[in-house]
Amino acid sequence: MDTNALVEGILGGNRRALARAISHVEANTAAGREVLARLYARTGHAQVVGITGSAGAGKSTLVGAIAREQRKRGRTVGIVAVDPSSPFSHGAILGDRIRMQDLTSDDGVFLRSMASRGNLGGLSEAATGVADLLDAAHFDVVLIETVGAGQDEVEVANAAGTTVLVANPGGGDEVQSMKAGLMEVAQIMVVNKADLAGADTAMTQLRALLSIADLGPWVPPILKAVARTAEGVPELVDAIDKHQEFIRGSEHAHEERRKHAQRQVIAIARAILHREALSTANASGAIAALVEEVAERTRDPRSAAEELLETVRREWASQGERE
Amino acid sequence: MTTQARPIRVLIAKPGLDGHDRGAKVVARALRDAGMEVIYTGIRQTPQMIAEAALQEDVQVVGLSILSGAHLELFPRVVQELKSRGVDDVLLFAGGIIPNDDVDAIRTIGFQGVFGPGTDTNDIIAFVRDNAPNRA
Ligand SMILES: Nc1nc2c(ncn2[C@@H]2O[C@H](COP(=O)(O)OP(=O)(O)OP(=O)(O)O)[C@@H](O)[C@H]2O)c(=O)[nH]1
Ligand SMILES: [Mg+2]
Repeated sequence: MDTNALVEGILGGNRRALARAISHVEANTAAGREVLARLYARTGHAQVVGITGSAGAGKSTLVGAIAREQRKRGRTVGIVAVDPSSPFSHGAILGDRIRMQDLTSDDGVFLRSMASRGNLGGLSEAATGVADLLDAAHFDVVLIETVGAGQDEVEVANAAGTTVLVANPGGGDEVQSMKAGLMEVAQIMVVNKADLAGADTAMTQLRALLSIADLGPWVPPILKAVARTAEGVPELVDAIDKHQEFIRGSEHAHEERRKHAQRQVIAIARAILHREALSTANASGAIAALVEEVAERTRDPRSAAEELLETVRREWASQGERE
Repeated sequence: MTTQARPIRVLIAKPGLDGHDRGAKVVARALRDAGMEVIYTGIRQTPQMIAEAALQEDVQVVGLSILSGAHLELFPRVVQELKSRGVDDVLLFAGGIIPNDDVDAIRTIGFQGVFGPGTDTNDIIAFVRDNAPNRA
C-alpha cells in the first residue's frame, strides 16, 4: 500500500490500512512520517487515555474492563499495549491480548501490541503517532497501556490527554517510589485489586503523596477498582470523562492544549536529537577512543562527553557548509 | 534520518478447545530469544479471532499450535478468515500433534511449515527467518 492508500484507507475505516500504517509509524519509516503529517489535521477527536503503573498491577485487565464499559456507552475503542523488548535479544512476547480476548471479535475495537524496541526515546514518538492514527481512524477512545518504570514510559504517559496511574493495595513501597515522576503526570489514580486487603491504606498513602505534589487547577481523584469484576470501572470512566471535559471545555482548555502540544514537540525533538547526535558520533568513530581514555582513567567522563559533543557540532557545521 | 530495523512479528495462537499451551509457549519464547516480536493470544481461539488478531497486529507470520486433532477442520477456516480480510501475504506454519497422513493436506492449503512434537526450536527459528515475507 502506498501512502495515499494508507491515508485514504484509514479515513475510510479500512482496518488493514490502519494496521499497516501503524507498522510504518512504529518503525519510523518515511511513509509513516508522511501519513502522520497528512492525517494530523484529522485528529483531536478521540479521548486519549494513558494507563500506567508497575508490572502486574492489572493494567491490561483494567484496559479490557474500561474498553467494555466504553463499548456499553456506545463508543469505539482503539488500544495500544506497550511491553518492554528484551534488552538482550531485542525480541518480545506481547501477551496483552490474552486479557482482552472477547474484544477481538468486536468491530468497534482495535487492539495493537507494541514492543518498546529500546529505541532512544523513540517509544514516546511512536506511541503518540499510533494514537494519532487511531484517532484519525475515528476511534472515540484511545487507551495506551505502558509499564510505568522508566523515562520512556513517563513520556508515553505524557502523550495522553488523561493519564491513569494504577496502584495496588499493600504496595506501600511501590506507592512511595511513584513519587519520582509518575505522580506529577497522572490525572487520575486508581487502586486496583481492591478486593485484596489494604486498599484503603493505599488510598490514604496516595492522598498523602498528592497533598505534597505540585498540582495545578486539576486535583486528581483517587478511586478504587476491581478490574477482574469491573467493580469501580464505571466510576473510573466517569472520572476520565470529567478530566476530558476539563481539558477540552473549561477555561483551562487552551492552556491544557498548549501544554500538551509543548510536551509532545519537546519529547519528539529530544528523541530526534538524541538519535541523530548518537548516529553522528558513532559515524565519526570518536566514541571508542574517548571511552578507552575514560576506562583507563586518563580522562574524566564529563570532559569526554563534551569532547564528543564538540565532534558532533563540528561535523554538523561542516555538513551545513557543504549543503 | 535513519529507519530502525524491524523485527519479524509473529502471531502464535491456539485454535480449538484443547487447553495445553506448553508447546506454544516454548515456541513463543524461542522466537522471542531469536529477536522476534511474538504476539501470544492464549488458548481457545476461534478462526475469526486468530485472523482478526493477525490483521490488527500486522504480523508477517502466523503459527498455529494444535493438539486436539481438529486441525483438518480448523486450519482451512483460519486460512479462509485471513483471506476474507485481505491478509494474503503471511507465512503460515503449524505445530503440535499432526499425523503424517494429514501433513500434505495442510501444506496444500498454505502451511509452508509443519512441525511435529520434539522439533528442535532452532529449526522453527530458521524456517521463520528464511521464509517470513519482507515488509517494505
Ligand atoms: N485480585 C485481583 N487480581 C487482579 C485484578 N486485576 C487484575 N488482577 C490479576 O493481576 C494479574 C496481572 O494482571 P494484568 O492485567 O496482566 O496486569 P498488567 O499490569 O497488565 O501486567 P503487565 O502488563 O505484565 O505489567 C493477573 O493475574 C490478573 O488476573 C483485581 O482487580 N483483583
Ligand atoms: Mg499488561
